[in-house]
Amino acid sequence: MDFSQLETIAQRIRCHIVKMVAEAGSGHPGGSLSAVEIFTMLFFQELRVDPEQPRWKDRDYFVLSKGHATPVYYATLAERGFLPIEELMTFRKINSRLQGHPDRKDTPGVDMTTGSLGQGLSAANGMALALKMDGHTHRRVFAVLGDGELQEGQIWEAAMTSAHYKLDNLTIFVDYNGLQIDGVIYDIMSPAPIADKFRAFNWHVQEIDGHDFAQIAKALAEAKEEKGRPSAIIARTVKGKGVSYMENEADWHGKAPDADLLCQALTDLKGEAQ
Amino acid sequence: MTKIATRDAYGKALIELGRKNKDVVVLDADLSKSTKTIGFAQEFPRRFFNIGIAEADLIGTAAGLAAAGKLPFASTFAVFATGRAYDQVRASVAYPALNVKIAATHAGLTVGEDGATHQMNEDIALMRVLPNMTVIVPADGPEARAATFAAAEHVGPVYLRLGRPGVPVIDQLEGRFELGKGIVLEEGDDVAIFACGYMVHVALEAAAKLKEQGMAASVINIHTIKPLDKDLVLDYARRCKRVVTAEEHSIYGGLGGAIAELLSETHPVPVRRIGVQDTFGESGKPAELMEKYGLTAQSIVDQARELCGKES
Repeated sequence: MDFSQLETIAQRIRCHIVKMVAEAGSGHPGGSLSAVEIFTMLFFQELRVDPEQPRWKDRDYFVLSKGHATPVYYATLAERGFLPIEELMTFRKINSRLQGHPDRKDTPGVDMTTGSLGQGLSAANGMALALKMDGHTHRRVFAVLGDGELQEGQIWEAAMTSAHYKLDNLTIFVDYNGLQIDGVIYDIMSPAPIADKFRAFNWHVQEIDGHDFAQIAKALAEAKEEKGRPSAIIARTVKGKGVSYMENEADWHGKAPDADLLCQALTDLKGEAQ
Repeated sequence: MTKIATRDAYGKALIELGRKNKDVVVLDADLSKSTKTIGFAQEFPRRFFNIGIAEADLIGTAAGLAAAGKLPFASTFAVFATGRAYDQVRASVAYPALNVKIAATHAGLTVGEDGATHQMNEDIALMRVLPNMTVIVPADGPEARAATFAAAEHVGPVYLRLGRPGVPVIDQLEGRFELGKGIVLEEGDDVAIFACGYMVHVALEAAAKLKEQGMAASVINIHTIKPLDKDLVLDYARRCKRVVTAEEHSIYGGLGGAIAELLSETHPVPVRRIGVQDTFGESGKPAELMEKYGLTAQSIVDQARELCGKES
């Protein structure tokens, strides 16, 4: 699949995100829109997964550690064929499989339950350890973390574990959009310097533009080649990317657009697609 | 009298399990010599993960191993497994119903000299309220062994509560462990004593004292706090009309709490709860602590006599 095809899918995912959050009347559009290219690349190019058999024994594992970004997760799963597109409109509603935060029990394509920040990297480590024990060298583990999430102490406990056990079958993305609910991450509790922190924890680290498919693809290829160390891809992103009034606005971390704003968002996104 | 610590029996059972099932993996947080997982670590170094002093990561890593099809036993002290890592147990293990066994040692006052920070008297309560969680409190070494096997057999999260000191082996328990089924150790119609863990042998002592005083007590070992053996509890509450509970745990939210909840809704009878009152422990020898905090055969006897309208 070439990058222009991925672009087209990414724009459809962005439209799903704003529509499903608007329909739900709540949810997290900002940090979902920032991770669209990462998700698109992972699920359409990188991950060994089979939508026909979500629990395929030979699959790669994926953990959304920033569990509130379910809109981008579910929209991507739907585009990839794990879920019917129509089901996205049940997001956050009663009796839906699409919970506000990912639930591995019921949702096809979801391997780990997350939502309480800071816990996903530990789970990803456990999966990577299991694959190593069983000698599954072709199977890998991927996780997406938030930048604000790095304020959680457990992330750094887990970061030690990944490096200590030389989990070179683990690649994480940090969605570095610079904003969290209460504002700019540097004002709230700065996790910077992020790349240096991971380097100091003995990780292989790359810094990229998280909206650039070529850079994402190159970073993933390099991570795959790295031996003896886990890989962190620090992806600079724009929170709310693609929707003019959401871009770089912390207020759109966890808020739904009304009908008018939804219309404007879709206009913005379609304009960008042309 | 043979004494075995439940943590010792657990450590040995893990090795047996490890030989039978190659999916069994064990995690510890720098306490493997105390939790007794070290034997497993020595025999199966590739299936043992020391996570260091990082209990949140301990539980989270166990969850990931379970999500990838392994059968993890995660061990540390009860206070850290359930207190320090509560949200990890809740969100990464109980809610996704992952097949993680949390085998926590050094529960209760009998930790002794380490004092209140390490004496976990609230863990049964914390684990019992979590949906999907099974809670087991073995009474002696052989029961801890059986419980370890049962935990491995059961699909889903289990909290296995283990103690530090040696406890007498209770002959009548031999070979009778079945998950979720209480075990009747003494039959008597005057009072039903429900006990778990360390307090089971203490309850048997109390029943012997009561017998000398002309009172017949039933003693029931409720090793599985959740799911509670409701039929058995109701049966003996109806028959004896008076209930005493005994546990090395807060009187709130543990075995006594579970039984009081059940009986108040289905068959109200007088209930007296023996356990740690609304207080923290302190440093001291285990026996001194149990005496000072009222977790003794005599306390059970006094409560039983009072319930029966006899002066103590």
